[in-house]
Amino acid sequence: MKFIDEYRRSELAQGVVHRIHRNSTKSARLMEFCGGHTVTILKHGIRQLLPPTIEMLSGPGCPVCVTDNADLDKAIALAQIPGVILTTFGDMLKVPGSRSSLQKVKADGADVRIVYSTMDALQIARGNPDKRVVFLGIGFETTAPTIAASVLQAEQEGISNYYALSLHKLCPPVIKALLDSGEVRLDGLICPGHVSAIIGSRPWEFIARDYGLPCVVSGFEPLDVLQCVDMLVAQIENGRSEVEIAYRRGVRPEGNRQALEIMEQVFETCPAQWRGMGLVAHSGLRFKAEFERFDAEIAFEINPGPVVEPKGCICGDILRGVNTPQDCQLFAKVCTPESPVGPCMVSSEGSCAAYYLYGAAGE
Amino acid sequence: MCLAIPALIKSIEGKEAEVEIGGIGRRASLWLTPEAKVGDYVLLHTGYAINIVDQEEAEETLRLLEEMAKLAEEEESEIH
Repeated sequence: MKFIDEYRRSELAQGVVHRIHRNSTKSARLMEFCGGHTVTILKHGIRQLLPPTIEMLSGPGCPVCVTDNADLDKAIALAQIPGVILTTFGDMLKVPGSRSSLQKVKADGADVRIVYSTMDALQIARGNPDKRVVFLGIGFETTAPTIAASVLQAEQEGISNYYALSLHKLCPPVIKALLDSGEVRLDGLICPGHVSAIIGSRPWEFIARDYGLPCVVSGFEPLDVLQCVDMLVAQIENGRSEVEIAYRRGVRPEGNRQALEIMEQVFETCPAQWRGMGLVAHSGLRFKAEFERFDAEIAFEINPGPVVEPKGCICGDILRGVNTPQDCQLFAKVCTPESPVGPCMVSSEGSCAAYYLYGAAGE
Repeated sequence: MCLAIPALIKSIEGKEAEVEIGGIGRRASLWLTPEAKVGDYVLLHTGYAINIVDQEEAEETLRLLEEMAKLAEEEESEIH
């Protein structure tokens, strides 16, 4: 496929790998924020290609994984309200909340439907005027504009039985929280490519400036990640800390203005709970007052009950980069993709699922 | 979850487009990229085109990578 296959050519990878080996002299801990990058790195064996000076660390960039149990419980409780059709992306289905999962309540009769897009959820709302259709809004800046667009479309068409539960999260504030915690020492940040396709590269500038941390925005093919590592190594070796874009075909410094405007028209920032990180200021999105009638939190009385955290699960520590999946005593024993205990084993881009599927590559 | 794949726009009607990914047809919303044209590649995420692929930049990146590969080969042959 065009713009994919070219960025998987092994003979080109050899050139970048050669450069990285030649240029890298200082030890460098690089964090890939995004779970999509974790998958690329493990699937293509990129860790094994890198010199021993470079250590790769997975970050909290998996929307399913960072959704905390209280919010999961809310979604599960919503699905059980009579007359509600809960629509969701497929990767949320198996994530265990305090007592159940969407999959379990679906098996017990709740109307939970997997959709590929909010466009499908709107279609379900059009086709079921006697039901109330809720979209489970999980995702980062990449996804939030698509939910905002669906709300605007519902308003335009006068679809009155469509709602969203906004559990969206924003990436730059959580990176700030991670760095402020001082728990993890980093020498470079691989910034998420498709979040940056929306927000641009500029929102990362404070990290390079205030924290002296080199930042490079990467695409998701193996050559993209290698090029990104090469650019980070060059910054680290030269003592620079700037924001650069390796993924220039997909990301512009100013981002996608139209998408940002739509997102800002419907949502405003609010504090949000992150699994492993706790409450992070300005890191969530809630409906603005004029779109309140689409807000599932306001439209429904949701009673999720008390929150129970899974015993022994260290997803929170893994998301902060403090531990790796292999540090977890449940990993691949009690907790597997077939029977996950924590969300990092459920989502295909969760660190635990990626480690499980591709082996502990490079460890 | 932030997966997005390049899709070629075949036709546009209002805010919706017919796109092709590896020969497979799909519908895509252009709400977030109203300036997209037929023949553009867009990054398709959950049914929405979230950005237009900059084809010149794509070629420039490949040119850079090819140059690196050539240099690496030359350096290797100097060593051996």
